[in-house]
Amino acid sequence: MTQDKKTDHTEGLGRRSMLKALAGIPVLGALGFETFRKFNYDAQNDSRKQIIRELGLEDLAASVRKVTNTQGDLIRLGMVGWGLRGPQLAQALGFNERAAFEQKLAQQASNGNNALKSQMEHGNFNVAITGICDVFDQHAEKGLAIAQHDIFTGGDIARKNPVKRYRHYQDMLADPAIDAVIIATPDHHHAQMSIDAAKAGKHVYCEKAPIHREDEIQPLYDAVTNSGVVYQMGHQIPQNAVFQQAREIIKRGLLGKISQIETTTNRNFRHGAWIRHLTDDGLPKPGDAQSIDWGQWLGKAPKVPFSIRRFYSWARYFDYDTGLFGQLFSHEFDAVNQLLKLGIPSQVTASGGQYFYTEFGDIPDVLHTAFEYADYGTTLTYSANLTSAKRRPRTIYGRDASMTVGENLTVTPDRQSERYAGLLEKGLVDPSRPMLQISKGAKLTDATDAVTSASVQYYASRGLTSTYIDGIEWNVVSLHLKNWLDCIRHGGKPSSNIDMAYQEAIVLAMADISYREQCRTAWDAQNRKIVRL
Amino acid sequence: MNTQTNISKWQYGWLVTLRFLIGWHLLYEGIFKFLKPEWSSYGFLDGSQWVLAGVADWITSSSAVLNVVDQLNTWGLIAIGLGLILGLFTRAAAIAGAILLGLYYLFYPPLVGLTPSAPMEGNYLIVNKNLIEAAMLALIAVSPAARMYGLDSLFARKVTS
Repeated sequence: MTQDKKTDHTEGLGRRSMLKALAGIPVLGALGFETFRKFNYDAQNDSRKQIIRELGLEDLAASVRKVTNTQGDLIRLGMVGWGLRGPQLAQALGFNERAAFEQKLAQQASNGNNALKSQMEHGNFNVAITGICDVFDQHAEKGLAIAQHDIFTGGDIARKNPVKRYRHYQDMLADPAIDAVIIATPDHHHAQMSIDAAKAGKHVYCEKAPIHREDEIQPLYDAVTNSGVVYQMGHQIPQNAVFQQAREIIKRGLLGKISQIETTTNRNFRHGAWIRHLTDDGLPKPGDAQSIDWGQWLGKAPKVPFSIRRFYSWARYFDYDTGLFGQLFSHEFDAVNQLLKLGIPSQVTASGGQYFYTEFGDIPDVLHTAFEYADYGTTLTYSANLTSAKRRPRTIYGRDASMTVGENLTVTPDRQSERYAGLLEKGLVDPSRPMLQISKGAKLTDATDAVTSASVQYYASRGLTSTYIDGIEWNVVSLHLKNWLDCIRHGGKPSSNIDMAYQEAIVLAMADISYREQCRTAWDAQNRKIVRL
Repeated sequence: MNTQTNISKWQYGWLVTLRFLIGWHLLYEGIFKFLKPEWSSYGFLDGSQWVLAGVADWITSSSAVLNVVDQLNTWGLIAIGLGLILGLFTRAAAIAGAILLGLYYLFYPPLVGLTPSAPMEGNYLIVNKNLIEAAMLALIAVSPAARMYGLDSLFARKVTS
């Protein structure tokens, strides 16, 4: 009996101890239950999801073009111009000086940036740079070093496809060993080189702007369309995933009637005003009349003695460029034209002046331009300032909502919108903040890793550097080059094709004439001529 | 077991309650971060001031490091929260929790002259809720009573018998 009693007692104790030991389980259960309830509730009441449902944008991500892996046959490229842009384009194709590449790879590995590694994995478009052309020996030699080292095979491509330097671009165009050319020279050569290339049957990727002067527009258009070569202008923005979604949102009419489009440039540093002939120490950069073929560099431009300032800071002179219009507004126009298909304006008025960087050159550093689209019932404005870095987003104003689009995209409902009156009344959307926001990257840091200089920051903010498609970060320039290469191999029209270039060329010439000749300009569609008013 | 006799039933009860409450708080923080993959400590670390600002800069300067820190933080919170609620490895969980909360404190201490980059829900000078919670976990770590309503007590019994 006593034995039994004792056993009962300890069993009771054991059970109680066991229950005590498990006291945390109901707490845990309660937490689990409440967490489930909370996440369920939040999912059902997620205002972002509700808004997307109301706007009918659940399938928006499908509007982003997939990056297909269509390598195809080898394309042998000739590249003209190895100043600043040439090496960047080569890099976008996976060609990089060996030492610079190794240094950059190590640097990226230490700060967790995967851009180069990702390019090594996904960015081989099966091209070889077999032709180099530059009027400056030093730049041409740099080009040779770059072309000889690809990041995919460590140089095998160049070993199989030797690189050759041409003194004159005409010699390169005459060589059957070149399939296509990339033109990254100062703007006053763009049209003539593109025309000659098209006539020689070479496909053309030409940096913006497509032309320098009015009289080049029609010959360029005719030469390219008659030759059947694939022409792509160097605007990378259509490849940006955020941008493709913006196009879809506009196409679905979510902004309502669009009454104004505002494009801007704001930067505040000498390099950004194209003062580029001095090193960081204030000394002139290399190059002289012996190492630079000055006559070829000038081309059809007025004959002037050799000038290192003109050679590097050419974008400051109307003799070789159209300043802000050709250099930066061209990107803005392409962006807007890709989004809205505005085409050629009915009238253009420009005004501004050179008020700050007055040492040399003749381009303005403050500039305002209005492009009237009477048929469309809207005005495109371009406001540029090279002495203030205060950013102003590219904005499209509609009666129902306004959109900002650059690296990120926002859509904000209008206070007076009829379309969104119901949503506004319910309080689901608010005119003081965006109802839709699409950001570039997955995590915040991915966007900031790459940002290094003021110039890079400017381009990033306009959506001109990189984009994410299916989780892979792409340099948008690589995608733009790929778009051109895909069309060469498989047919089709590239994003910034000759029709887009034609419209852009007219718009740029109208703006340039309006500023330089201080008049309003209009487009005479019948006679295909710009009219001074 | 001897120390237990020095403690009243109420003290005992509140210590265990405290353990559950802090465990709940930390576990939910961990679960929240786990269930929201877009969550990142970037925003928190980016505004860090005082002695750990340099460490925060180093972490945020690289997405790889940041990712590791985010994972460690999420799973650390989950493990500590589970330990406190279940009373499993309670002392280790309490010490780890105190250290983690101490780190949060040091990334953002409310000292004179430091201005928080994000608005806070209260007003603090030197002492804030992170510091108090860290101190409470230290109390739990040194108090054997707080371990009693938990799985640790089963192991303790086995050893003594």
